Amino acid sequence: MATQIMIPSALRRFVGARDSVHVEAATVGEALSRLVAEHHDLHKHLYDESGRLRSFVNVYVNDEDVRYLQRDDTQLKPGDVVSIVPSIAGGSPKPNVYAVEGLSPEEVKRYSRHLIMPEVAVDGQLKLKGAKVLLIGTGGLGAPAGLYLTAAGVGRIGLVDFDVVDYTNLQRQVTFGTKDVGRAKLAAARERLGDLNPEVEFVLHETRLTSDNALDIIRDYDIVVDGTDNFPTRYLVNDACVLLGRPYVYGSIFRFEGQITVFATEDGPCYRCLYPSPPPPGLVPSCAEGGVLGVLPGIVGAIQANEAIKWILQAGDLLSGRLLLFDALKMTFRELKLRKNPECPVCGEHRTLTSLIDYEEFCGIRGEEVQSDVSVPTMSVKDLKQRLDKGEDVVVLDVREPHEYKICNIGGLLIPLGELAARVHELDSARDIVVHCRTGVRSAQAVEFLQDAGFERVWNLKGGIHAWSDEIDSTLPKY
Amino acid sequence: MIRIAPELIAAIRAHAQRDYPSECCGALLGRAGSAPSPASTKWVLVLEPVENRREAEDASRRFLISADDYRAIERSAREKSLDVLGFYHSHPDQPARPSDYDREHALPSYSYVIVSVREGRAGELTSWTLDDDREAFTPENIAEIASASR
Repeated sequence: MATQIMIPSALRRFVGARDSVHVEAATVGEALSRLVAEHHDLHKHLYDESGRLRSFVNVYVNDEDVRYLQRDDTQLKPGDVVSIVPSIAGGSPKPNVYAVEGLSPEEVKRYSRHLIMPEVAVDGQLKLKGAKVLLIGTGGLGAPAGLYLTAAGVGRIGLVDFDVVDYTNLQRQVTFGTKDVGRAKLAAARERLGDLNPEVEFVLHETRLTSDNALDIIRDYDIVVDGTDNFPTRYLVNDACVLLGRPYVYGSIFRFEGQITVFATEDGPCYRCLYPSPPPPGLVPSCAEGGVLGVLPGIVGAIQANEAIKWILQAGDLLSGRLLLFDALKMTFRELKLRKNPECPVCGEHRTLTSLIDYEEFCGIRGEEVQSDVSVPTMSVKDLKQRLDKGEDVVVLDVREPHEYKICNIGGLLIPLGELAARVHELDSARDIVVHCRTGVRSAQAVEFLQDAGFERVWNLKGGIHAWSDEIDSTLPKY
Repeated sequence: MIRIAPELIAAIRAHAQRDYPSECCGALLGRAGSAPSPASTKWVLVLEPVENRREAEDASRRFLISADDYRAIERSAREKSLDVLGFYHSHPDQPARPSDYDREHALPSYSYVIVSVREGRAGELTSWTLDDDREAFTPENIAEIASASR
């Protein structure tokens, strides 16, 4: 008499992809032995090492669990259906918190080069595993910092970014590949870092860090690594770190030079101790304006990761109270002593700054836009194109640098902004002059200068040669 | 590999957050050719949330889908002409990696989706299949599909 045994979907591939098997048997015990005799691979999934049915494997005859019948001795009648029914169980690794968990054999292998150094050892690796690091920005500095923090086995890494991968990033942002262009940086970084070390938990904050969210985001982490490239964010991160008591690992890069230090440690100075007020807007160019050697953020970001890891391990001498200056052309490292400023409004003796402020306003960023975009007359690229097409008499003045002119130009007269005062006689104030640069900031200054020099018919080309590339001639490369 | 609509991923996360600090659990129903295997692509089309049968104090780090619940899940799958492809559960305040306990209680072929919930917020979500020798889990890719339509 053949009895039908129903097979759960997980085990069907061991019985020839069928959902049931027929065996000749008089009892449940016999039916199961026949089943595993015919299909060996089923054995270890149904029975444990001592030959007992696994605790989660249940056997039913029709609608009854055989535990409530005669178990293996349950007699089978014609037409009875035997079913193998797993109960599904599982659970978390340990009842305790992350930090006190041991290391799995895979982790011991992965971190073996750490574990054999007494300065790290198992205790240090567990500190790393228990640590929570916030990385602000996944770009040039964030790439090496993120890669090394991930590889080192930091337990939780928060990533803050809202940008999209661009071709111009690939020269230095080594987390991303060409295939990632156009993707959200966070998604691309998560994929690369997760592949590097799946033991790490990543928390993605797809947002701009602002005065409204900075405290809430930073609060959940032990230490902050800043990979951003602008003054408002630096003051914001500094103030939030001081207010919350989190160390702030600072790095900055420009052209061939980098600076690194750790601010806001328990007794150390903060960013405001070094720079009580921001530079006038526009005075310090960004990397987008001034350029940066691709490998420079690699070096600076790696040093930031190094300092964050040392802080977590409580090993060595932290770069606190010292500003490290790196020059990639001269290949020198110099050190400046930094002191805590007793008058510092956020970390000094008489604190006047006890909550976050509007950092864009503090750094005068809004004012700059007004200055460059509103106070001088502007012309759109479309209007300029129209006038040129009609053959009107317009002088196009390009105030960029000669090496920029070589990358792309629209045939304008090249007088770099710095030479304008000395070469102003080359321009005819009776003619219409449209001034452009890369995006419109330098040319606005040139227009202002020309107006002061008595030129009345001058316009700033809005959006610069970038806008020309976007709206008029897409073959013009953007840089 | 499992293929799953983002709405279903979101529903798993929401379930995990709702049941925090307890573990949540549920079944993944869908299609995977004639019989699901570690190599097959599993199209997860329907979630069947299940009540965690563990006692309250245990439920923060254990879950149980009873045999009766399993039979109900199989019935539901059959009615929809789908297969049981695997299960999901949450790890409150723990990483989204299978524990030894998970391994001891797993079957091969099924996908075990684990979502980590930290301080009430769902985070990392991973999927795993048990190796045929029962020694370890292998991570499984999760690919999102555009919609849950069949």
